[in-house]
Amino acid sequence: MKFSFVVNGSVSEVEVMPMKRLLDVLREDLCLTGTKEGCGEGECGACSVIVDSKVVNSCLIPVCQVEGSSILTVEGLARDGKPDLLQRAFLEFGAAQCGICTPGMLMAARSFLDSASEPTRDNVRIAIAGNLCRCTGYIKIVDAIQQAAGMEGTSHE
Amino acid sequence: MTDPAKVYSVQTVDAALNILDGEKDVRILAGGTDLMVLLNARQFRAPAFLDIWKVNELRGIRDEGAWLRIGALTSFSEIINSRLTRTWTPLLVEAALTIGAVQIQNRGTLGGNLVNGSPAGDSLPVLAVLDAEIDIASQSRGTRTVGYQDFYTAYRRTVLEADEIVTSIKVRKLEPGEKGFFYKVGTRRAQAISKVMMAARLAMNNGSIDSCAISYGSMTPVVRRAGRVEAALRGWVSGSALPESIQNLLEGELSPIDDIRSTARYRMRVARNLLARMLREVER
Repeated sequence: MKFSFVVNGSVSEVEVMPMKRLLDVLREDLCLTGTKEGCGEGECGACSVIVDSKVVNSCLIPVCQVEGSSILTVEGLARDGKPDLLQRAFLEFGAAQCGICTPGMLMAARSFLDSASEPTRDNVRIAIAGNLCRCTGYIKIVDAIQQAAGMEGTSHE
Repeated sequence: MTDPAKVYSVQTVDAALNILDGEKDVRILAGGTDLMVLLNARQFRAPAFLDIWKVNELRGIRDEGAWLRIGALTSFSEIINSRLTRTWTPLLVEAALTIGAVQIQNRGTLGGNLVNGSPAGDSLPVLAVLDAEIDIASQSRGTRTVGYQDFYTAYRRTVLEADEIVTSIKVRKLEPGEKGFFYKVGTRRAQAISKVMMAARLAMNNGSIDSCAISYGSMTPVVRRAGRVEAALRGWVSGSALPESIQNLLEGELSPIDDIRSTARYRMRVARNLLARMLREVER
């Protein structure tokens, strides 16, 4: 079956089985391998992407459910080849160790920044509670998100 | 991934009911947070799926006087962010906040949690104490309403027929003077299936319990009200100890099991401790 949706601002069309996971469509059909598979059961958050402004696990969504949707993956964060505020903060704070959780962390964090919630430590921790880092580098990740949220908050004013 | 399953994607309840009426073996797919896990693990197969994710008429929360009506497809994020549920059924919001994390709350639906029927379904003890009423529709027989207490027939079995769909769930608002409680004990705060849950709604009068509703999750094959425990707590006077009979009553009402998440012995102890915690908190 044919499905059409927007990925990182451009229209994508794929011809795949309707129950194929969004995760696999992104990686295999659209060659967007930034999105990672961890557990494949909605526990680890490595496959997080933003669909219609909501962060979701792409391993739990069949492609038939994103027909007509707008999807943002980690490849869509950078602007004109330059890392966005969050990515720069992750670099600055050393918030990536092995890096497998990083794309998912960035998408959960992006969703948190977009929600304009107050970037307290607790709120940030809740926002990334669905993303596991096996290197357990959470402190730097939370630091980076807090800093980026603060900067984004300032630049909006 | 080979995938021969046929998928019907519909946008209205009528279209959904039409498919269910004509197709024999079709599985309803909402947010996918339970079903996709089984499919990914190859623990479940179906020849056809009915995708209802875009049936927007099944979404939303409405104020109906003493009740809130919650569309079956309403996500836990919508429940968390709704002024109506925050005001009138805060215990349902507390339960929704413990479900997975943001990614799951954005996709998991109240109707899905109900129909999936896991004894560890986080919303179920809350639905039990809020006297939930479940609206069900089919093409050939129209609509019917089933009370929560009658919705399950056995472990993960519901009264739903193959051609039926849950359209909405009505929950009773807390009344003035009533307090709601929801406790979940799991390995960690997020992303953990519960070991023990307890939901309660109670009203005090002159320092003693006037009325109460209590339900435990993950403690019985079917989550229902713990009627004998409720009866024993009526008349409990603030500041006094748990009634002596409570241990026997809990053991009569609950039948926890040993499993990968916990032991039956631990669960019974926690069930009792959660009651004691609620009685301490109710005095505040």
